Parts: sequence; structure tokens; C-alpha cells
Amino acid sequence: MSVETIHWHTFFFLLMALLACTMAVAVVVTSNIVRMAFYLVVSLGAVAGLFFLAGADFLGAMQLMIYVGGTLVLLAFGVMLTARGPFISMRTGGGQWILAAIIGGSLLAVLLQVAFSVKAWTGRSLAQHPPAIEAAPTAGPIGLALLGVRPDRLDQQNAGLRRGMSGYLLVFEIISVHLVVVLVGAAYLARARKRPGQQRAPAQPSPSRRSPLPVGE
Amino acid sequence: MELLSIPVGVAHYLVVGAVLFVCGVICMATKRNGLGVLMGIELVLNGANLNFVAFASPMLRAEGGNALGLDGQIIALFVIVLAAAEAAVALAIAMNYYNNFVTIDVDRADELKG
Repeated sequence: MSVETIHWHTFFFLLMALLACTMAVAVVVTSNIVRMAFYLVVSLGAVAGLFFLAGADFLGAMQLMIYVGGTLVLLAFGVMLTARGPFISMRTGGGQWILAAIIGGSLLAVLLQVAFSVKAWTGRSLAQHPPAIEAAPTAGPIGLALLGVRPDRLDQQNAGLRRGMSGYLLVFEIISVHLVVVLVGAAYLARARKRPGQQRAPAQPSPSRRSPLPVGE
Repeated sequence: MELLSIPVGVAHYLVVGAVLFVCGVICMATKRNGLGVLMGIELVLNGANLNFVAFASPMLRAEGGNALGLDGQIIALFVIVLAAAEAAVALAIAMNYYNNFVTIDVDRADELKG
């Protein structure tokens, strides 16, 4: 086939999809926790690329910033703090692998069958629509929707339906409070705690420790 | 090479989302490292997010229109935030478990077993 017939949107979609899927499979098959963390970073970055290709530019940026930049750095610190000796590479028994493969394979078969069973989901045909991508920034509409206004549904004629499309202000507030509570709880859980057997550190340094260097007699 | 010259649709995104979801489920079921289970959860949430974004995009449809529009993207945004919160708490619990039991193997966390 010639270069002119290549649909470049499809080309980059296939590139990102292949990257995401192979790295997700690599996360499953490797037993080394450090490599799993790296493969997960690449997979989630490729998913951000897929978000961009679907026209969700703000969401793709958030995926890169929050997920790859925040959550996975947190996860990498967890890996570094616990990756010691036998915990770096823990293998699973063969029976569990077989069971998981059977369940996962049947789940995948069902999902793939559903994905291709609806006519409206198969994408546009080239004859109807020229291969162009409508680039519309979504950061502004998303911000307005979080404040309680839906700029994309202003043409709704039915007043009863319009009342149900009143944005996401309440959800935004709930999720903000939820995030604060969760982070305070995480900090409480992860605080440094003394083991029961440990000696309490002296509050006042004893006179003998006050002068560690031997002074003249 | 027929695949390269047709526009992608929602179904293609659903396939990628299904693969990520199934990989996450297998990861959650088979990993013995507690952090590996967490990574499986991240994969599952990303597969779901990909489906939301695909259904929200009007340019992946055969007819255009009739898409979720902004709703799908905002729900995906909420899922990202909740995943961050969940990862923070789960990691704090894993650290606590590691400090108390000096292991990260989830099979040995059986103190509550009757």
C-alpha cells in the first residue's frame, strides 16, 4: 500500500494501543516488582496518548500529571522501600496461573465479542467523512462543568432534562473533601511509629552525652 | 495492512480497554507482592477510563453525535483523582504492614483468618 492511503490517526492509535497492551501484558508476566513498576509507567503513558487521540486533551494531560507524575512516583517509592532480598521477585504457583489464564481469557472473549457487536461503534467510513480530526480544547468546558454550568448542553429544549444537566459542582465538592480526608488518613497511617520493644529516646540529653568530645581533665 | 487505512472507532478503543482490564484482573489475582496487586488495580481503572473516553468522543462514532460528550471525560477525571487517593491509602497500609511483619507477601497476611 502507498503512503497516501495511510490514515495517520489510525497509525498513531495502533502504535499507542500496541505499546499499552504489550506493556500491560509485561506487567502481568514479569515477577520482578521493579520491572513491573517501569512497565506500568510506559503503559499508562501510552494510555495518555490514546486519550489525546480521542480528542480528550485536558484528560490526557491530567493522566500524565496525576497518574504518571504522582501516583506512579508514589508506587515507585513503595517499591524502593520494600524491595529487599526475597521480595523483589516473588513467583506464583503454576495452578494459580492456569486458573487466572482461564478466567481472564474467557472474560476477554466476552468483552471482545461485545465490542464488535454494535454497529454504531465501528467508526466512520472514509466515504462519508474525510479523515479530519476536529480539535476543540476541552479544558474550558470541563472547568465550567465542574462549576455547575454545562456549556455543551445549552441547546437542550426540554426544561426538565436541562435541570438534570446542571453540572458537577456537588460531585466536585464531595470529591475534594474526600481527597482531603483520604490524604490526612494516609499521613496518619504512614506516620513513624515506635515498635513496642524499642527504647524511648531520651528527651533531655544526659550529662555524659552533652560533651561527646573528651574535654581536658 | 487493511487496518491502517480505516478510521478507528469506539470498538478499537474498547478492545484496548478490555485488554488492560483483563491484564489488571490477572495481575490482581496472581501477584503475591502487595504492591503488584496495587498495580493491577491501576490497570483495571485505566481500562475503564479508556472506555469512558472512547464513548465520550464524538469523532469515533459512525454517525457522529449521540456521544457521552463532556460527561465521560469528567467521570474519567474523577476516576483518576479517586485512583490517586486509593493509591495513597493502600500504600500507607502496605508500609504499615511491612513495618509490622517485615514482609510484603499478601499470602502471609492471614491474622484475621478464623
